[in-house]
Amino acid sequence: MSYEDTDQTADTELLTDSPAAGLEDSTAHRGTGRTVIGSKGINVWYGETQALSDITMDIPEGEVTALIGPSGCGKSTFLRCINRMNDLIDSCRVEGELELHGKNVYDDDVDPVALRRKVGMVFQKPNPFPKSIYDNVAYGLKIQGYDGDVDQRVEESLRGAALWDEVKDQLDGSGLDLSGGQQQRLCIARAIAPDPEVILMDEPASALDPVATSKIEDLIDDLAEDYTVVIVTHNMQQAARISDKTAVFLTGGELVEFDDTNKIFANPESDRVEDYITGKFG
Amino acid sequence: MSTDPIEGFVGGENLRRKRLYGRIFVGICILSSLVGILALVVLIADLVYEAWGWLTLDFLTYPPSRFPENYLPGGRGAGIYPALIGSIFLIVLTAIFTVFLGVGAAIYLEEYAPDNRITRFIEANIANLAGVPSIVYGLLGLAIFVRAVGLGSSLLAGALTLTLLILPIVIVAAQEAIRAVPDSRRQAAYGVGATKWEVTRDIVLPAAIPGIMTGTILSLSRAIGETAPILMVGAATSMFVPPDSLSSPFAAMPMQIFDWARLPQAEFQHIAAAGSIVLLTVLLLMNATAILIRNKYDVK
Repeated sequence: MSYEDTDQTADTELLTDSPAAGLEDSTAHRGTGRTVIGSKGINVWYGETQALSDITMDIPEGEVTALIGPSGCGKSTFLRCINRMNDLIDSCRVEGELELHGKNVYDDDVDPVALRRKVGMVFQKPNPFPKSIYDNVAYGLKIQGYDGDVDQRVEESLRGAALWDEVKDQLDGSGLDLSGGQQQRLCIARAIAPDPEVILMDEPASALDPVATSKIEDLIDDLAEDYTVVIVTHNMQQAARISDKTAVFLTGGELVEFDDTNKIFANPESDRVEDYITGKFG
Repeated sequence: MSTDPIEGFVGGENLRRKRLYGRIFVGICILSSLVGILALVVLIADLVYEAWGWLTLDFLTYPPSRFPENYLPGGRGAGIYPALIGSIFLIVLTAIFTVFLGVGAAIYLEEYAPDNRITRFIEANIANLAGVPSIVYGLLGLAIFVRAVGLGSSLLAGALTLTLLILPIVIVAAQEAIRAVPDSRRQAAYGVGATKWEVTRDIVLPAAIPGIMTGTILSLSRAIGETAPILMVGAATSMFVPPDSLSSPFAAMPMQIFDWARLPQAEFQHIAAAGSIVLLTVLLLMNATAILIRNKYDVK
C-alpha cells in the first residue's frame, strides 16, 4: 500500500487529531522482507480462561512491529509466548505453533533457556539487578559463557543503548542509582549484550516521563537497524511513531488486524480497529 | 444556608474530643513501649548490681568450683569457662546445621515446590512446629539422636536437637526473605537466558541473604539461652573441662547458671548473676552481628 491512497480516503480531521498525525516521519522502509517469527494458530489459556485465540501472524525481520490493544487483550501474553516466558506461569497453557526461523519454539527439543538467548526481553518497569552497571550488562554474557572481550562487549552494548556517555565513568556504580529512563536503557543494554536476534519490549516506556520516553523511542528506531523489535504499547501515538507494522489485538485475545502501521492508522479494514484507534473505546 | 461564614472551619467541641482520644491513644502506646524497656533495664541493672565484684576475667577462664570464695578476686580462680566454650561450640554447630537445612528447605518451598495442597500443608505445619514447646524437642532429641542414633549425651546430639528446635523459625524467616525478592528481577534474569539454578544463585540468594542471616542469628540467640532441650539430651549441669570433640559430653551456660542458682549458699546467687551477664553478652554480640550483616548486605 502507499501513503497517498490512504490520504484520499481518510477523513482529514481524523488525520490531524488521531495517532495518525505524525505518520509522515515514521517508517522509512527497512527490513529484509523475510519472516523471522511466524505464529500459526496460537491459543493460550490461563487455567480455564482463554487469553489468546488463534493468533496467526508473520513478524518481519529487521523491522519494528507494534502490538497494540486495550488492557487484557493478550498482547503481552503473545509477546511472552515468543521467548516462552509463559512457561514460568504454572497455570498457562499454549497451543499452536510459534516458529523462529521456521523452527517451532514449542517443540520438545527446544530449550527455553537457549531460546531466550536468541530472543532478548525488556520489561515494563525498569528492573536492573542490584549490581553494578557493568555487571548488569555483563550478566547475560557471563551465564552464556561468552568467550570474547567482555569489557568491549559491555561498552558496545551501552553505546547501543545510548547510555555509554552518561555512565562510562561510573560503571562500578549500582544500576539502581540511575534515573528511571537510564535504568530502562541499562535494561536494553543488558538485553542486547548477548546479541540476540529479536528484542521483545513490553511497554518499555510506560513507567517513564516524556523526555525519557522520547529517548527510548529514538533508541528503538536505532535498534531496528540490527535487530527485529517487537514492542507492546498502550500508547497509540507511540506505535504510530516507531513501528513499521502494527498488530491490533482486541478484547477476547483476538488479533483483529495486522498490517503496515500507515495503513492501520489511516485506513483500517476493520470498524472495530477504527473505533479503537480513534478512541471510541478501549 | 447559615449566616456566619467562618463557623464551618473554626473547630468545635466534636473535633476537640476526637483529638483528645488521639492523644490518649498515643499515651497508651508510649506506656506500652516503656513497660518493656523499663523491665529490661531493671533486670540488667539488678544483674549488674548482683554480679558486681564477682565478674572477673578469671571468671571467664576457670572451671566452676563448689566453694564460693574461689570465685572471688584473689581466690584460687573459678568460673564459667567450660560452659562458655560448650555454648559457643553448640551454637556454631547449630548454626551450620540450620543454615544448610533451613535455607535449603526455604529455597525448595519458595522456588521449586509446586503450589499444591501438599506444599501448603507442609508450610502450615512448619509454622505450627515453631510453636511446639522446647521440652518436646528435647524429648525428640533424646529418643532420636541420643538413643536411636546412639550419639549419647554428646555435643553433636545437643546441637542437632537445638537445630530441630529453631529450624522451623529459620525456614519461615528464609521463606519470607526469598519471597521479598521482586519477581521482576527473576524475570529479568530468565529474560537473558539464565537457568532456574542461575536465577536462584545469582539473583534470589544474594538479595535474600540479609533477611536469612538476620532470621538465623536471632533464632540462634534463642537457642543459646535454651535449657530444656539440652537438659533432656543430657548435657551436664556442671563440667570441669570444655568439650574437645563432637562426641564429648558438654555443659552449656544456661544449665551452669541454673546449677549455681539452686545451690544453698547465698554467694552463688551473685555467681549466677555473673554467669547471666556472660550469657547476655554473648547473646547481644550475636544480635549485633545480625544487625551488622543486615546493614552490610542490604541494598539501598
